[in-house]
Amino acid sequence: MGPVIELDGLEVRFGNRTILNQLKASLTGRSIGLLGPNGAGKSTLINTLLGFHKPSSGTARILGLDIRTHARDVRSLIGYMPENDAFIAGMSGVRFVRMMAELAGLPKEHALERAHEAFFYVGLGEVRYRALGTYSLGMKQAAKLAQAIAHGPKLLFLDEPTNGLDPPARLRMIQLIQEIRDRGDQHLILSSHLLRDVEECCDEVLILKDGNIAAFCNLEEERRANKRFLEVETRGEVNGNFLAAMEGLGCEAATGAQGRIKLVLPDGLEVRQLYEVAAQQNVQIRRLNHKRDSLEDIFLKAMEAADGRL
Amino acid sequence: MAVYKKTYRPYDGELTASPSRFLVIPRYAFEDMRKSRFLTIFYIASFIYPLICALIIYVQHNASALGLLGAQSARNLISINSTFFLNLLGWQSMLALFMAAFVGPGQVSPDLANNALSLYLARPFSRAEYVIGKMWILIVLMSLMTWVPGLLLFLLQAYLEEGWTWMHDNTGLAIGLFFGSWVWILILALLALALSAWVKWKPAAGALMFGVFFVAAGFGVAINGVQRTKWGHLLNISALIGSVWVQLFGADPAVNNGGVFFRMPQGQELPLWCCWAALACFCGMCLYMLHRKIRGAEVIR
Repeated sequence: MGPVIELDGLEVRFGNRTILNQLKASLTGRSIGLLGPNGAGKSTLINTLLGFHKPSSGTARILGLDIRTHARDVRSLIGYMPENDAFIAGMSGVRFVRMMAELAGLPKEHALERAHEAFFYVGLGEVRYRALGTYSLGMKQAAKLAQAIAHGPKLLFLDEPTNGLDPPARLRMIQLIQEIRDRGDQHLILSSHLLRDVEECCDEVLILKDGNIAAFCNLEEERRANKRFLEVETRGEVNGNFLAAMEGLGCEAATGAQGRIKLVLPDGLEVRQLYEVAAQQNVQIRRLNHKRDSLEDIFLKAMEAADGRL
Repeated sequence: MAVYKKTYRPYDGELTASPSRFLVIPRYAFEDMRKSRFLTIFYIASFIYPLICALIIYVQHNASALGLLGAQSARNLISINSTFFLNLLGWQSMLALFMAAFVGPGQVSPDLANNALSLYLARPFSRAEYVIGKMWILIVLMSLMTWVPGLLLFLLQAYLEEGWTWMHDNTGLAIGLFFGSWVWILILALLALALSAWVKWKPAAGALMFGVFFVAAGFGVAINGVQRTKWGHLLNISALIGSVWVQLFGADPAVNNGGVFFRMPQGQELPLWCCWAALACFCGMCLYMLHRKIRGAEVIR
């Protein structure tokens, strides 16, 4: 599978300010997170990919199409859910989504049918004839998602999709995004400053800081690696031959204070075998944690780098 | 299957032709307009004058009708010539200005206020198509008020004159009606959209429409008074367009200079190229205003 987005020395300047600085990356994941503090350049990157801002140098390719030369074709592949409230005044929900689908090129009958479907899909089926202005914030977010998916895009840009949502509404939105991701027929770009949203929905993350790429990681690989890294706490400080037995199974082991042991399991060794060895050595395991080099750790490390580059 | 039972699926059906996609905007706008009783009544009322003109043309060519009215000499009072059509165009254009002031401000400002531009422009839909789509609403409405009835009356007159000769001799009237209306329509549509893009409060944008015509004209007269010049009329858009009409109609400026509201004061006529240039500058300014505002994302430098 070719890259979803290729950033090829992409630079965006507003006047004398450099907003995106020579970004180079190749994003291939099904669901890609854009992370960064406020002002890092996440929204500018999305807006540039959509053709709202002209790159001052470099370019980007979306699903193989250059944003400089094929802006219109690029936009026909994209569904966009903007960060702020965005709707057309005085329209009912379903009419709004229908119009947006028609502007994307769907014939009016198809657009109407898919607008209804999209509304039911995002859970707003019952309120689809109500004026958008009367929707709650959560409903407006869902309506924005409906207009983004109604025309069946290949790539979805979701800019802060959980902004301002209460916990149940956020959960519902995250579930919807996960559902779209898992269906597998669309790629997702999720921009957020909420680590948890990105962690729950994405398999690749691009972290931006001050217009630079501060980190790029494959969360799937990180998760897999984290599964091999364990922290074990045993009763008492005397562990007998437990450590040696684990090393005998191919683990890397190190002891810490108060009976804590850090282990890196080799491929093929399951956690169940660790319990079996402990039982054989008569060692009581009180706590076992997968080491969590979470997205938060990656993000914080990226933010610590002085110039915004790791 | 019922819609609510369907789940989301990718779309692999046919797509509409890209060049005609801008027509989606006026179609939705016309549906919304129909809901306004005031606009509907105003629009219907705007056809009263062309109907009266049609009646005049008919009666002019019908001796028995004149006989019934006992006004055989009325035929000599009203003649169907450039003055007749210039007056029609002047009156209808005045109504078109009102229509643009009512409809125009509601075109762009709600989209800007509700951040809807990013939704339009994130689709395979350009800024130019957006502006043309919004202008199309005004163009259709004002065309139906100006050159369409004008040309219909021209054809009626030609038909009742029973021959191609009148039509051939008066082609300038048809050309004047058509192109004169288009110049006015384009100016009004561009101005209405530009104001709508910059002034988010609809009543204020509507009032500004009139302001541009009346206040600027007054300002121009003041400049003329103070500077003892005639170049202040460059600010009087309606007089500029009146001069252009006279040229397009091939009328004599000394006899007929544009009709009510569009009249350039006698003896203060500006060179025609100046009128055209001023109108072109005005359109350019409106386009620049639209260019600055119609963007997918606001750039804060």
